[in-house]
Amino acid sequence: MSKVVTTNKPVAVNPLKLSQPLGAALAFLGIKGALPLFHGSQGCTAFAKVMLVRHFREAIPLATTALTEIATILGGADNIQQSLQVLLTKAKPELIGLCSTALSETRGEDVAGILRTLDCPVPIVYANTPDFYGSLADGYSRAVKAIVASLPEAGPLDRTQVTVLVGSDITPGEAADLKRWVLDFGLTPILIPDLSGSLDGHLAPGGYQGVSTGGTTVAQLRQAGRSAWVLAIGETMRPAAELWQQRFQVPYTLLPGVTGLAASDRLSQCLLAWGGGPVPEPYPSQRRQLLDAMLDTHFYLGHKRVALALEPDLLSVMVHFLVSMGAEIQAAIAPTPSPQLADLPCDTVTIGDLADLEAQAVGSDLLITNSRGAAIAQRLGIPLFRLGFPIFDRLGNGLRSYVGYRGTTQLLFDLGNVLLAAHHP
Amino acid sequence: MYQARVNQLLTEPACNHNHHHGGKKNRSCSQQAKPGTAQGGCAFDGASITLVPIADAAHLVHGPIACAGNSWGSRGSLSSGPQLFKTGFTTDLSEQDIIFGGEKRLFAAIQTIATTYRPAAIFVYCTCVPALTGEDVEAVCKAAREKFQLPVIPVMAPGFVGGKNLGNRLAGEALLDYVIGTGTPPALGQYVINLIGEYNIAGELWDVLPLFERLGIQVLAKMTGDARYEEITYAHHAHLNLVICAKALLNVARKMQERYGIPYIECSFYGLRDMNACLRQMAQHFQDPELTARVEALIAQETAQLAQELAPYRARLQGKRVVLYTGGVKSWSVISALQDLGMEVVATSTKKSTAEDKARIKELLGEQGVLIEGGGPEELLAVIRRTRADMLIAGGRNQYTALKAGIPFLDINQERHLAYAGYRGMVTLARELTQALDSPIWAQIRQPAPWEVAYE
Repeated sequence: MSKVVTTNKPVAVNPLKLSQPLGAALAFLGIKGALPLFHGSQGCTAFAKVMLVRHFREAIPLATTALTEIATILGGADNIQQSLQVLLTKAKPELIGLCSTALSETRGEDVAGILRTLDCPVPIVYANTPDFYGSLADGYSRAVKAIVASLPEAGPLDRTQVTVLVGSDITPGEAADLKRWVLDFGLTPILIPDLSGSLDGHLAPGGYQGVSTGGTTVAQLRQAGRSAWVLAIGETMRPAAELWQQRFQVPYTLLPGVTGLAASDRLSQCLLAWGGGPVPEPYPSQRRQLLDAMLDTHFYLGHKRVALALEPDLLSVMVHFLVSMGAEIQAAIAPTPSPQLADLPCDTVTIGDLADLEAQAVGSDLLITNSRGAAIAQRLGIPLFRLGFPIFDRLGNGLRSYVGYRGTTQLLFDLGNVLLAAHHP
Repeated sequence: MYQARVNQLLTEPACNHNHHHGGKKNRSCSQQAKPGTAQGGCAFDGASITLVPIADAAHLVHGPIACAGNSWGSRGSLSSGPQLFKTGFTTDLSEQDIIFGGEKRLFAAIQTIATTYRPAAIFVYCTCVPALTGEDVEAVCKAAREKFQLPVIPVMAPGFVGGKNLGNRLAGEALLDYVIGTGTPPALGQYVINLIGEYNIAGELWDVLPLFERLGIQVLAKMTGDARYEEITYAHHAHLNLVICAKALLNVARKMQERYGIPYIECSFYGLRDMNACLRQMAQHFQDPELTARVEALIAQETAQLAQELAPYRARLQGKRVVLYTGGVKSWSVISALQDLGMEVVATSTKKSTAEDKARIKELLGEQGVLIEGGGPEELLAVIRRTRADMLIAGGRNQYTALKAGIPFLDINQERHLAYAGYRGMVTLARELTQALDSPIWAQIRQPAPWEVAYE
């Protein structure tokens, strides 16, 4: 049990928090042919786009309704309409993910009302994501919930079909591994969203496209209503999972994460129970490799004091995992509150920023946060393991995978190597 | 009043954007972003680009998290000393703050920064939400200024008033209103200049400053690359302003001429010809034969050395065809840099260029040259195909447009990590161009997969 502490500062210093629309855009990009559209000033889109481009090193389709001062005051219905006209002819999206911003929400724009008056040939999913509330994970969660609310259609249940609600901390590479895992255990997964085909970093034959180049299709999303079971990964997927249960009266299983031996075993157990088949290769051998990696790396991780600053789901996963390897949590920082943070195996969790991390991390052995912790790591002389979003100064963010037996093995080696490099440069 | 100022900036008389359009209103600056097509940053982004390089100041963003949270720490400007400018400060407004007003929170934020970080000054950026709810950010700054005896400067450039360029100018207005003219300079040399619109991206300035030093020119204030707050306070004591490679801060140069009688010249540090021309223009202004002689000697020496260093690259770059896609003045200043390397610029963007810029581009490119008026990635790729270009040089935003189409690419905009200015910068530019064009990956990437080839 941990105590959750909120700092009462009037100023965020080196914020860890990102904006909700950015998270919502990320979720929409896991739908094939999707085009996220921010209802805000052009800067809202430009900043989010640059973040995504630099992290994934990919072209990111992201549009703006370009609210000006006058349009904001008079109401942005025309801006939404004009944007749709332009985007439908130019980019030819199969789905538009419309996200509100602090600007449109402060004005009190009734976007849902505006959308009812519009006639659009492709589905528009509207996520209510003001910047003045929550962080990336919250916006992502709202977008997934909006997708669940609008697209899946009821039908005869298919016992082998599983809807997988994929949390915001799952990388495209991890989504691919999850999908494979479910498939290998004899079930057919539909991932919502599925970044594995869109932001994994691949050279598509068609060259440039103005919409997401892969992911779950709109047709698959409609079909998803026939899943007999829902698997949700990450606490931030709970609202969407509960909505699913309400809409289709099927059970859901929520796993906080799938990193670490226990968490991976838990998913395997669930899949075995639901699929009923024998355990397929290569999972048994990968599990044996993980056990060996734990033996090899526990020397380096045991009793190491770790300071982390991550979005709540990822923070929870990493804290449990590190403690399971014998490490100690010196500091745990999250940008926004989440119920799971009260149950972490550490003394306190701070809702704060990277300045809080810097203050609390003094004397620790390892920092775990995104690239914006690099200067802090340098000032404190503590090695940094880059995780979360954004990671600007390391390659391979699309394909990296730390889920499952294989991914956890990789995580152990990567963590161990950072500690080794710090002590034996 | 604020709107009047915005309008005035949009019709900045010194800016050629606002000339030669007959009865038509000027195009690019006052053009509002178009729903669904807008690509660029907002006025707040532009203001940050202009002011954040001031290294010993704290930059406090008053707004909800998106404005600072999605942007802090990602700019390419470097400092040789204080790193405070790289700390992201924001009031991170919540729903409560917006309903009940964020002014108290803003004041408390300024107080925290003033007492904890002891900055030389605090720049407070008013973003869309407090602008919309009508918060009096200027009054809060004034109260804080008096209470903490510290320059607290309101930067009134909320994103929704316009694009980056307007934001640059609004930032320039903040400098004119609150900073320039408030300080006392150190001992002044014989020839004293300011650099306006040079942001020390990737440390570019450090390749140029030694040249001025060798010539006996004192650079008083840099606006704002690697600047300290204080140097800008006494910028009004310079003898000449150099407006570098940007129309964006012409309002600062023109108003400094009006207020303090400081003349200005516009120049560019990119490419051999332009760098030489810049130094000669400056020497000509000061009308000192000795200075002119020093400039000519420096140019002769640098040109000779550069010729030697560039020779191996020039051989490999000769005749290579380039499409250039960048804004405003860079559309011609970079052309001459590329031509200096023996490359052929087959097309360039003129979206943000003035009539004068365009005339210059025509002259540089010749009749065959393609002028790209605008459009998105699709149009850009079409031009590259049509002109059979060997590579694209553009901002990071178009990096993946080119790479995904298998086209070599070089980043020229402000997020880059390499310095291309001055004589040293030419060598870096040549090396990077060669690297991009000559990479052995291109041939491999264009090979079909084994299963895409029909077997005999």
